[in-house]
Amino acid sequence: MARAVTTQRKAINTTLAWAVGLLIFFPILWTILTSFKTEAQAISDPPVFLFFDWTLENYAVVQERSDYMRFLWNSVIIAGGSTILGTIIAIPAAWSMAFVPSRRTKDILLWMLSTKMLPAVGVLYPIYLLFIKLGWLDSRIGLVIVLMLINLPIIVWMLYTYFREIPGEILEAARMDGASLREEILYVLTPMAVPGIASTILLNIILAWNEAFWTLNLTAAKAAPLTAFIASYSSPEGLFYAKLSAASVMAIAPILIMGWFSQKQLVRGLTFGAVK
Amino acid sequence: MGRIQLKQVKKSFGDVTVIPPLDLTIEDGEFTVFVGPSGCGKSTLLRLIAGLEDTTDGVIEIDGKDATALPPAKRSLAMVFQSYALYPHMSVRKNIAFPMKMAGMDKAEQERRIASAAKALNLTDYLDRRPGQLSGGQRQRVAIGRAIVREPAAFLFDEPLSNLDAALRVGMRMEISELHKKLDTTMIYVTHDQVEAMTMADKIVVLQAGVIEQVGSPLELYRSPRNKFVAGFIGSPKMNFIEGPEAAKHDAQTIGIRPEHIEVSTSEGLWQGKVGVAEHLGSDTFIHVHGVPGCDPMTVRVGGEIPVHHGDTVFLNPNLDHLHRFDAEGLRIQ
Repeated sequence: MARAVTTQRKAINTTLAWAVGLLIFFPILWTILTSFKTEAQAISDPPVFLFFDWTLENYAVVQERSDYMRFLWNSVIIAGGSTILGTIIAIPAAWSMAFVPSRRTKDILLWMLSTKMLPAVGVLYPIYLLFIKLGWLDSRIGLVIVLMLINLPIIVWMLYTYFREIPGEILEAARMDGASLREEILYVLTPMAVPGIASTILLNIILAWNEAFWTLNLTAAKAAPLTAFIASYSSPEGLFYAKLSAASVMAIAPILIMGWFSQKQLVRGLTFGAVK
Repeated sequence: MGRIQLKQVKKSFGDVTVIPPLDLTIEDGEFTVFVGPSGCGKSTLLRLIAGLEDTTDGVIEIDGKDATALPPAKRSLAMVFQSYALYPHMSVRKNIAFPMKMAGMDKAEQERRIASAAKALNLTDYLDRRPGQLSGGQRQRVAIGRAIVREPAAFLFDEPLSNLDAALRVGMRMEISELHKKLDTTMIYVTHDQVEAMTMADKIVVLQAGVIEQVGSPLELYRSPRNKFVAGFIGSPKMNFIEGPEAAKHDAQTIGIRPEHIEVSTSEGLWQGKVGVAEHLGSDTFIHVHGVPGCDPMTVRVGGEIPVHHGDTVFLNPNLDHLHRFDAEGLRIQ
């Protein structure tokens, strides 16, 4: 029998949910609001919330001072490239773990995830040296590869979970029908796992887009993505909160819009397999 | 052609041997059924033949050629799975076309074969639907369609009817039998249902714990089961086994008599007992009789309808021509 939920209880739950949602969203909202203030209003005490002189000046200044499109383009290539490369590598890996597991498969999965527990700065030095040797400093290709490696464990884990939901008999049927391993993955497994693969790709684009540690440390000017664009408005010129906010809004806008339109897919993907 | 020969084939998972070394020959064009209780290794044996599992030891020959190390695709066998295993993202047409597409067959020939398979299986109106929009029986027919278009050397069926309801199962059973008559291709069919085995097979292979208990035609197994296991497994309702002094009279450890080989009388007979449950099916009556020494309850099958009820005393007369005798090891005494 379904539990009876009173109207009052429903109202309380709804209010609570909105409160939590707003709390999480507040920093972003504040950033957006600040980006429309003058520098003076941005640091005024007590802070002004909505009743200030709305201005687009910060955006004009930011646009004038730096080449937004170049940063944006770098972000697109780095986030997109690392995700595509990672997915191509992860699909066969997740296939083997899900459908032909060995005694060590669980250990390998955990070991892969454990690399995410290490603070990134711990491997900065060796990676930096490698980048110098390979001539990858401040290059898109270098960042694509590093971000791909950083996110690979997550991609493999997510795909592994989705693939486990696919009945093995269907893949066996494909094998009986004469499909080679490549054809089996290409024509049967991948199309069946499309929802899962899509949400994995979405999440990874977001993770790679927002990744700051490696993008800031391994780039200078040429390959710098939007994270570097934001950072360039922070310390060197003192604390220009309004301009920093404008830059931040410009940097997160594309991913925010993408996330907004794909949220249904994302939520479905992230809770996939949780309830059977 | 589709002659399949297993020579000393063995399968172990780690330290557990599920199929000890086994020999079996399946002749070209034969309808062979592997039957046995669940966990007897019948599905594993089929998967070994299919190539979905690797043999631990031994040789599998298909048409005289060693196929032990061949991948499933190269064995020219087609398989129908219990769960149908259709590709859910493809239309019926594409499902059926898949093996031909993999074989690189030309489009016109593919279309011709799809059309003829669809016609034979009553699927013509459903070719553009997805498997999710079909009933269980239709899905099963798609799975069969996907198997026949390749014109394989042999068909493998892994409990294909167990997901269907009883009425549909009887219909599909006949369709598969008719398909076999029409195609005249080797078929290997796995089931735990002895009725399916009896009605469909040219040859039945009875398995228990990975060991072949007996191979023979349905009637051979029915008439002269090699041991108690086969005797009890083949035939429905099950054979009655009687132990003790009654069996000793016939120089056996155990004697067996099928329910249909016992006559019921209300006045006189060899054994006496009380009716427990009487199942009236109209065409038959199954009576479970308690109190017969050495066998409780004893099942009796009577053709048609007879007026017996719970608690009635009845007398039973076995037809001694159909008596089966088994020794202490459970083996048949000739």
